[in-house]
Amino acid sequence: MNALTGISLDPVADFEAVTEFPFMVNALWAGTIVAVLAGAVGWFMVLRRQTFAGHTLSVIAFPGAAAAALAGLPLAVGYFGACALGALGLAAVSRPGAAGSGQADESAAIGTLQALALGLGFLFVNLYGGQLASLESLLFGTFLGITSGQVQTLLWVAVAALLALAAIGRPLLFASVDGEVARAAGVPTRLLGAAFLLLLGLAVAATAEITGALLVFALLVTPAATAQQLTARPGLGIALSVALALLVTWVGLTIAYFSPYPVGFWVTSLSFGLYLAVRLGVGVGRRWGPRAGPAAAIGAEA
Amino acid sequence: MLAHEFMRNAFLAGTFVALACGLVGYFVVLRAQVFAGDALSHVAFTGALAAAAAGADIRLGLFVATVGVAAGIGALGRRARPDDVVIGSVFAWILGLGALFLSIFIAGSSGSDGTAAVRVLFGSILGLSAGEARLAALIAAAACVALLALARPLLLSTLDPEVARGLGVPVRALGGAFLVILGAVAAEATQAVGALLLLGLLAAPGGAARLLSDRPWHGLALAAAIAVGSTWAGLVLSYEIESLPAGTAIVAVATAVFVFAAARRALASGSIRPSSIEA
Repeated sequence: MNALTGISLDPVADFEAVTEFPFMVNALWAGTIVAVLAGAVGWFMVLRRQTFAGHTLSVIAFPGAAAAALAGLPLAVGYFGACALGALGLAAVSRPGAAGSGQADESAAIGTLQALALGLGFLFVNLYGGQLASLESLLFGTFLGITSGQVQTLLWVAVAALLALAAIGRPLLFASVDGEVARAAGVPTRLLGAAFLLLLGLAVAATAEITGALLVFALLVTPAATAQQLTARPGLGIALSVALALLVTWVGLTIAYFSPYPVGFWVTSLSFGLYLAVRLGVGVGRRWGPRAGPAAAIGAEA
Repeated sequence: MLAHEFMRNAFLAGTFVALACGLVGYFVVLRAQVFAGDALSHVAFTGALAAAAAGADIRLGLFVATVGVAAGIGALGRRARPDDVVIGSVFAWILGLGALFLSIFIAGSSGSDGTAAVRVLFGSILGLSAGEARLAALIAAAACVALLALARPLLLSTLDPEVARGLGVPVRALGGAFLVILGAVAAEATQAVGALLLLGLLAAPGGAARLLSDRPWHGLALAAAIAVGSTWAGLVLSYEIESLPAGTAIVAVATAVFVFAAARRALASGSIRPSSIEA
């Protein structure tokens, strides 16, 4: 996206330039909602080591969107429907607490599910008459042309998902940190795992509309992983993860507005740069600091 | 069907690439490194697009990117078994780079070249020339030989790393070497089934073989056979059904075999838990 006016490095003028057009205002609102949702859900995903499942859900969003386009339905229906189905499928193959061979079976099943989803997506795009431009935006996202209606839908979805996450947050945390003890204490870990996957599916579907199916990860994993490097305390960690997701989304959207390169590239690069900087910083601090950093505590839990 | 040259090329390249994917995929599943394979297949996409954007040979970009990243995650991870959050963070960024190269490439090329990105993502097994198919078969065969040469110590260090270390097997070096072979196979298979469908040939045959047999050598052979069989069946299906892309057909057959294996395992063990029927 080439801006009509270049960046001036004067924050007020730049802010006015960025918010001059309604599509950009919508993009910023949508980005904000998505960042809050992805930051919070992503923190639990990283804690539960379900990165692969999260990635698979994001890939499943692609055939959903392609099928919706083929059937003439709104893309959001495809994203949310496919992700919900995918979450149920993943919950069915997941074996909480399984180590060794169980884990191998589970990851093989997840990988197979993902490959099948991609194959179906390609089939639907082919049937649709596969234009590269639409394929590219399904996979890599676009922040152009987000309507106020979409922003409103996103807001409701995000509020519902965050309320649900808040409701199951405490037992979910318990089950994630120590599944054995939680099960012994009567916490329904399997049910909680399935509920969390559904929430993850919702977050992924909402994010995929903005960042595209392949780049959901940038907002789900990287801010959360960065936050867990910095603190092991859940409340603080979630807040930090949300703040980082917001930061990279806003800065990424702004840079993308003034540059010819895609928003996905900027958001992923910014969040990865932050992650790398924090990791290096924590590593240096641990080597020369007086005591082990909080990251060590997270490492020991996982 | 075999009267068409493009079908003969597809069968030649497809057979050897599937053989390599099946063999490597069995170890990938056994070592629970499916996510690493997934990441490498996406890295292949970025590498190919980077080469295309720079005007270089796509094959060069594929191999440099996948083998380089494979060596990198092998070196970073503890005991050459990379951590999933590290992989996730790294490859989210690499995909972002892919989006960048895609936009540069599309901006810099004429409209007809835009299909190259689709070729990279979803493969073009039916569009290979005779020379390309022969080269693909040769590279895949070399990867098979390399893997089989390492197979015995690799199997031991996968199944029981403690014992392997006690016997003086270089577990860490083997893990790294395996990731490099995986990278090479990912690069080669990208040309046949595409960066995104590669995972189907890695995870599904390996996973099915693990479910069907507990004996490692038996499983290894089974994984290779399932991968090759799925590729053949997929090619025939996509030849018969016009609107069915070859990549989709191959992955669909492989998935069907995996589902069958999971169902058979569930029935045989007699305990039909909901977790083991679904696949």
